[in-house]
Order: sequence, then C-alpha cells, then structure tokens
Amino acid sequence: MPEQPAQPRTTIVGEGRAGLPISRVAVFAGLTLFGVTAAVPFVWQILMSLATLTDVDLLTQTGFPPTLLPSNYGLVFERVPFAKYFFNSFFVAGWVTILQVITCAMAAYAFSRVQWPGREKVFLLYLGTLMIPGVVLMVPNFAVVLGLGMFNSYWGLIIPGAFSAFGTFMLRQFMLTIPTSLDEAAAIDGAGHWRIFTEVVLPLARPGVIVLAIFCFLGNYNSFFWPLILVKDVNLRTLPLGLLVFDSSYGRETPLIMAASLMAMVPPVVIFLLLNRYLVKGIQLGAVKG
Amino acid sequence: MAQVVLRNVGKVYDRKVRAVEGFNLDIRDGEFVVFVGPSGCGKSTTLRMIAGLEDITEGTVDIGGRVVNHVHPKDRDIAMVFQNYALYPHMTVFKNLAFGLMLRKMPKEEIRRRVGEAARLLGIEQLLERKPKALSGGQRQRVALGRAIVREPQVFLFDEPLSNLDAKLRVVTRTELKNLHQRLRTTTIYVTHDQEEAMTLGDRIVVMSNGRIQQVDTPLNVYRRPVNRFVAAFLGSPPMNFVEGTIAREGQRPVFVGGDWLRLALPADQPGVAADLARHEGRPLVLGFRPNAMSEHAAGKFAPPGGGNALRLATTVVEPLGDKIDVSCQTPAGQRLIARIDARDNFPAGQTIEFFLDPEHVHVFEPGEFGPNILRPPA
Ligand SMILES: Nc1ncnc2c1ncn2[C@@H]1O[C@H](COP(=O)(O)OP(=O)(O)OP(=O)(O)O)[C@@H](O)[C@H]1O
Ligand SMILES: [Mg+2]
Repeated sequence: MPEQPAQPRTTIVGEGRAGLPISRVAVFAGLTLFGVTAAVPFVWQILMSLATLTDVDLLTQTGFPPTLLPSNYGLVFERVPFAKYFFNSFFVAGWVTILQVITCAMAAYAFSRVQWPGREKVFLLYLGTLMIPGVVLMVPNFAVVLGLGMFNSYWGLIIPGAFSAFGTFMLRQFMLTIPTSLDEAAAIDGAGHWRIFTEVVLPLARPGVIVLAIFCFLGNYNSFFWPLILVKDVNLRTLPLGLLVFDSSYGRETPLIMAASLMAMVPPVVIFLLLNRYLVKGIQLGAVKG
Repeated sequence: MAQVVLRNVGKVYDRKVRAVEGFNLDIRDGEFVVFVGPSGCGKSTTLRMIAGLEDITEGTVDIGGRVVNHVHPKDRDIAMVFQNYALYPHMTVFKNLAFGLMLRKMPKEEIRRRVGEAARLLGIEQLLERKPKALSGGQRQRVALGRAIVREPQVFLFDEPLSNLDAKLRVVTRTELKNLHQRLRTTTIYVTHDQEEAMTLGDRIVVMSNGRIQQVDTPLNVYRRPVNRFVAAFLGSPPMNFVEGTIAREGQRPVFVGGDWLRLALPADQPGVAADLARHEGRPLVLGFRPNAMSEHAAGKFAPPGGGNALRLATTVVEPLGDKIDVSCQTPAGQRLIARIDARDNFPAGQTIEFFLDPEHVHVFEPGEFGPNILRPPA
C-alpha cells in the first residue's frame, strides 16, 4: 500500500487575512447563539439546586436565588441512600456493558467472519427484533425474569441487557471493514477462530467496541422503566429511580431533585469528555488500514 | 521442503461459478513455479486451494507426500504473502513476524533468533519496533516476506506480492526474490498477471486461461514454442504480431501467403512439421512473429537462403527505447504490426519500407483464440 502522506492542514480561505469576512461573523454569531441556548437549562438547573424550597418558585421572577444553599447537595445524601443508588447504577450499567460487549462482539464475529449455512437469514431475523418497540417486550421480558426467579434482584436488572441486536449489528458492520486477508494470514500463521477473534479482529474493532460500550453504559445508567417495574427493594434502586423519591406524594422537592440529578450527570459527562475522541473515531466507521 | 502435486483439481464457487478445471501439476522440491494468466483466470483460486483458504471442489492437493484436502491451513506447513500484505496493523513489525511462531509455542529465544535472522536477511532490522502504518510500501512488502520466511515452511505461496509497488521497486524486489529463492531453496508458487515477472522469476511457468492450464514449461520454452495462439499472444512485450493467410506450395517448399503482399517461405526441416503443414494447405491459418523477429536489413538470420522473407509495410509511429526502436506499421490490408529493430536516427515514419522476417522465429497457428501452434509446437 502506498505511503499515506501526513494529512495536510486544511487552509480556510481568508484565514490569516486582516479583518473577518462577514460570513464568518455570521457563522460565529449563530454558533454562539446555539451554545448559549444549550447552556441555559443547565445554568438554570444549577441555580435551582442552590435555592430554598420557597425561593425556587420565585426564581422566574428574581432570576437569582436570594440565599444560596449548597447544603442541598449534602441533604440529598441524608434523605436517601444516594451513594447506594450511585453504586447500583454503576454496578448494573457496568455489568450490562461488559456482558453486552462480550456477547455482541462474539455474535458479530460469527455473523461477519465465519461462514455457516443460513448465516444471512439468521442475521436478518436478529435484525428484525430491532423493529419491535422496546415497550412491547416489557411484559414478556418481565414474565421471563419472574419465571427465572430474578424479580427484585441485580440478576433481573442485568441479564436482560446482556445481549443486544443493535450492538451485534453495529459491531458486525465494523468488523466487515476489517480485511479478511488478515484472518487468512492469521489462520496460516496458526490461529484458530478463538485466536483470530481475540488477537486480530477484536483489537482492530476496538473503536467500535468502545463506542458500543459508551452507548450501552449511558443507556443503562439512565434506564428508568425496567428498574421501575422490576425493583421493590429500596436498596436495589438505581439513580433514576432514586430521583423519583423527591417527587413524592408529600410534595415535590425541586432543589433536591436538581441537586441530585446534577450529581447523577457527572459520570456521563466525565465519560464523554474522556472518550469523545473514540466516539468520533468510531462514528467514522471502518478506520482499519492494512 | 516439499513437492506439491495437484491432481485434477477443480473449483466451483457457490455451486455455480466454475473457476478452475482439470488442473494437473507436479511441482518439484525447491522449484519456483509461476502461475500467470489474465485477470479472472483462476490463479488466485488455485493458490488459495493449495493454502487451504478455499475448499477444493474436485481433485486432490498433495504437499510433501500428504493429501491435504481436509487439512487446516495452519497444519499444511506453508506460508503465504498476500497482495495487500495483510500485516496486522495493531502489532509491531517484530510481533508481526513473531506471531506465527508464538502461536506454535516456540521458545522465546528461538523466536528472537529467527526474527533477527529474517530481519537481517531483508534489511528491516531498524524497523522492528514500528507499526505497519509507519512503513513505506516497499518496507511493508519486506515485512510480509519476513513473516513468511521466519516460519521456515515447506512451501511459499505468493499472490501478486509486487503489484502494489512502483515500477522501479518492483524490478529491484523481483531480483531480490529470486536471490532469496536461490539461497533458501524453498518450493515456491508465485501468482502474477505480469508476464515479464513470470518470465524472469519462474523455473517453470504455468500459463492459465479461463480456469485451465494452457501450457507448463520453462520460460524460454514457453516463449519460443507457445502451445497455442493464446500463450503466444500473452507472453512477450510488445505482443506477437499475427497475420491471417494460408499455406501454399512452391516447388517442395511450403509458403505462407497473406493476401498479395506477403509470401514467406517456411522452414520445414523437421519431418513431422512438414507433413502437418501439408495437411493444412489451403485452409485459413495465422502467421505469428514477435516484433524482434523483424529487421530493416537483409543480413544474417534475416537473409535466409532463397530469400522470400520481405515485407513491405507503411510505418506510422516510431517509439525510441534506447538501443531499440518500436515501429508501428500497417499492412496493405490495414492491419497493425509492431517491429522492434535496432535504433538509428531519423527513422522514417509515414513511409513504406521493406522489412525482413527471421523465418526461424515465426509460428503458424490454426485460427481462433486458442488455435494450436503447428509450426513450432512444444517439444
Ligand atoms: N469467492 C468467490 N465467489 C464466487 N466467484 C469467485 C470467488 N472468487 C473468485 N471467483 C471467480 O473465480 C474466477 C477466478 O478468480 P481468481 O480470483 O482465481 O482469478 P485470478 O486469476 O486470481 O485473477 P486476478 O489476476 O484478477 O487476481 C473469477 O471468474 C472470479 O470471478
Ligand atoms: Mg488473483
């Protein structure tokens, strides 16, 4: 393969010239507007999380809480076992992610690298399940989980998420971009399917795997409905369920909801900041070069 | 090292596409055999069946005295170099070379020794810590070669390993490959669609077309005695010239007659050939001669006793090559021929001049793309 020259830096016409062309000013103005619009709800949320229960309703008039109450954040931990919710969310989302990545990667390998009769048909069937809305599956899933004795347990929260047609599809598409001559070279070098999977295909599919892991973790971290119907025990609640406590029949405690959900948002934001270069890479699917 | 024997090997893809048919070949221990033919003729398919990357539909493949039809590629004791090199992008050059040895649980010391040796042989020692992405095309090619060498297999399989290199590097690497083979003496099967590569590399070459072997012989024999018109046209550059005509008799001598502008006395000293020519008298035939079987001077081999080898042609384009020039000519019948003759200044283009054919280097074929050679069939 010919040597890839270093990417030349894109030169924008007009760059470095004195004075900004009017079109660029317009673009920046537009972007700034969008940026501010997107940031407003978060700023608002922060303000609300610092207000007292009485001030919060007046916030639309005052614009800023007259007394700042950072103690709301501590209060969250006193009122509910918030740390436990955090742990539960991490524990469930973490295991789901690990299991799903493993099963999806293996299935994707079977659907993309192994020749077997009926492969395309089975894959279509697999894909077909994506057409069924998730809500429709709730009741049968619930029945199965109940039957397996997993009601109100970590098992019930984790196992149904351990497989995913979407993840299989995504990784299969990714693996299809890895040249098959690599498998063949490895086979001649002495590798069986397991070695080819773990030492050649999986490392090369890493950007795809990471993207799937991020999607999967965030999706499960935020999942609300399934834990809601499955979990009775307070100690099994995940974060989204935990937030619900403050919106109870005794009244809505808006500042605490805001404080709690702000804290709940920290891990996803951190994950995004740390891994966003993989997200970009994974979205430009097929980054493998021989 | 080993011999490779293919018996009646055939391949049908998906029960529909016939890619290879009736392939019979005995490759000797240490031999360098080249499969050559136009795109889609089944070269890669045959090679991949030998490698075990493709099921063998018919026949048997035998490596080192063992039928390997159902043996996994890793147990066939072969190494393959792919056209795109197929280097593992996530491994360093060292790991690329060592991977196959690690999988075979070779001791670390031995691995380091073999990789070092191969790297020295190929001049890639200073690249061992790099990833393939950071290598030039030529360097990648060497690494791919190294990965085959470290395994010390019984057979090397190459599928167009030079086709991604630029012209100059291709020629250099070709020589190195030949050199390497002379040192290692490992049985080698090499696939290419480049006839020049085939001629220069092979101890024997296998010319294929449409999934069938056309001819197997040493490069010079195939060049001098092509079995049919297809082989004659495929090998040699510029390609052989073909002129349609018939055979007539002048006294005792057979003469090839092409329209009213060509009367070439054919040498028919071999006994069998004379009879064969006589049998084709009056039937449509094709005269074939290579561009370098022409000259503008009737001297030496271009002046046979009795003459009768002149050719009046209109020259159109002259392409200087250095010590030779390629002259494009047109026959009175409007057909294009190419003559490769000694260079001289001011060669006239756009004039009609006389050329002389070397009758010892002409061929006569039966008509059709695969018309057999009746004047100079393979010995
Ligand atoms: N996986 C496949 N499925 C179906 N047909 C195939 C497959 N691989 C090759 N063929 C067909 O088999 C024939 C021989 O292909 P092959 O790759 O062996 O040709 P080749 O001589 O190597 O050509 P090239 O010089 O282009 O590499 C072609 O007609 C091709 O279309
Ligand atoms: Mg090929």
